[in-house]
Amino acid sequence: MRRMSVLLDRLKRREILVADGALGTMLMGEGLQAGDCPEAIVLSRPKLLLEICDLYLQAGADILQTNTFGGSPLKLAEYGLQDQCETINRRAVELVREVAGTKAYVSASIGPTGKILQPYGDTAPAEVEQAFERQLKAILSAGPDLICIETMMDNQEAEIAIRTSKKLAPQTPVMATVTFEDSARGFFTMMGTDIRHVASSLSAAGADIVGSNCGNGLEKMLRIARELRNCTELPLAIQSNAGMPISQKGKLSYPETPEFFKKHVPELIHAGVSIIGGCCGTTPAHIQAIKEIVLARARKVTE
Amino acid sequence: MELLTQISEALQQGNEELVHQGTQQAIAEKIPPKKILDDGLIAGMNAIGERFGRHEVFLPDVLMAAKAMVKGMEPLKPLLIRDDVPSLGKVVIGTVQGDLHDIGKNLVGIMLKGAGFEVVDLGKSVSPEKFIDAAVNENAEIIGMSALLTTTMSVMKKVTELRKQKNLQGKIKIVVGGAPVTKEFATEIGADGYAFDAANSVACVKQLMGHA
Repeated sequence: MRRMSVLLDRLKRREILVADGALGTMLMGEGLQAGDCPEAIVLSRPKLLLEICDLYLQAGADILQTNTFGGSPLKLAEYGLQDQCETINRRAVELVREVAGTKAYVSASIGPTGKILQPYGDTAPAEVEQAFERQLKAILSAGPDLICIETMMDNQEAEIAIRTSKKLAPQTPVMATVTFEDSARGFFTMMGTDIRHVASSLSAAGADIVGSNCGNGLEKMLRIARELRNCTELPLAIQSNAGMPISQKGKLSYPETPEFFKKHVPELIHAGVSIIGGCCGTTPAHIQAIKEIVLARARKVTE
Repeated sequence: MELLTQISEALQQGNEELVHQGTQQAIAEKIPPKKILDDGLIAGMNAIGERFGRHEVFLPDVLMAAKAMVKGMEPLKPLLIRDDVPSLGKVVIGTVQGDLHDIGKNLVGIMLKGAGFEVVDLGKSVSPEKFIDAAVNENAEIIGMSALLTTTMSVMKKVTELRKQKNLQGKIKIVVGGAPVTKEFATEIGADGYAFDAANSVACVKQLMGHA
């Protein structure tokens, strides 16, 4: 509890915190096969998760994310693992805590259920709420510092997750980040909601921090951050992927290098972003690059 | 307003009730079923598809229009079968093996059906063998593959390779799409077409089948 309020206080003082980078693409580099349940790694290869987590801590991350993105029973059911929901989510938080101790915040990831809500799809909002409630109870039992509802494409689904988290643990800060697509008419979610409406929906639901993750690279994220800044007073979080993957002779790579991140991070800070991290394709080197910029800024402020 | 235009408009607004009523009325007025389909339902889906491509409408609007289309097809389908009206062609679609994301793939199915194609949806995590076998068994002209993950897009190549092994290149054409998939990637793996979004998949399939 103490650590929690401290996190939000630090953001209020305009301190910039660094979040970690990609987990999924790192796991793939370590042999995670397409079709394997990424969250099952928590039970099958916990040491690997500890190692990756530690790499991000060493790189300077202040916030370390759990491997629970697809940990809702609705998502786990696609692998027949819904019965493991409690074990996986609880253990995932414990693992990150082992690495983070009191040196970094443990941020519990919650991703979309993959269902489309009624009336457009066939899933009742109550079903999604039950799924998030089950995942959140397991996560909260291990005492994370922050709940991170991320990569949301429907702000209504994000709202359900935020409200459920606030209902179960009003004191635990909630960060909610949404993925936007660029168009000639501006940025919209998959469901067609623009940045202004997303910002007001997330904050009305009770989010403490709002932002965007994944997406199409850092330059578009900068435009999103500037728009978000005009729409809300809440602290902003941006976790960009390292651009869109490029295939070269069957091997995939992400085009945005740590140097590229270094160049653009000052602009994100200038736009008013408080939490900066990475998404797909980012590595500890990207996080280190962000950290260097953040430290340089902190030095400048104190001087 | 002309009845078929009314059906098209109602479909674009996702009004199931009006589309159903309009279609029944058109049938009662002895408008040929093929004409009701083409100038009413398909015209409406094409319009919504184009507007989707321009980001004027979004996924919810397309999903509602698709529901209205299903409603309109209820009274029309028996008549189309009776008249032996051929579809534009048959497309087998699915998300590739290892990938459990299906929102994009479902949208492609909706758009293709809405454009008058017959669609066989193999679902998620479809193996290369299943894609090829289904296309052969169903006598489909096109295989449409979707992937959301960078790790699963490589499975697409296995399908183009399997097609080559079985000497089916001339018979079955392959279209790929999904967030991480690019035109360059499609060319590299030997796919015949790349659809940059669901609306574009219709144009792509039409072109490959010589309907464009």
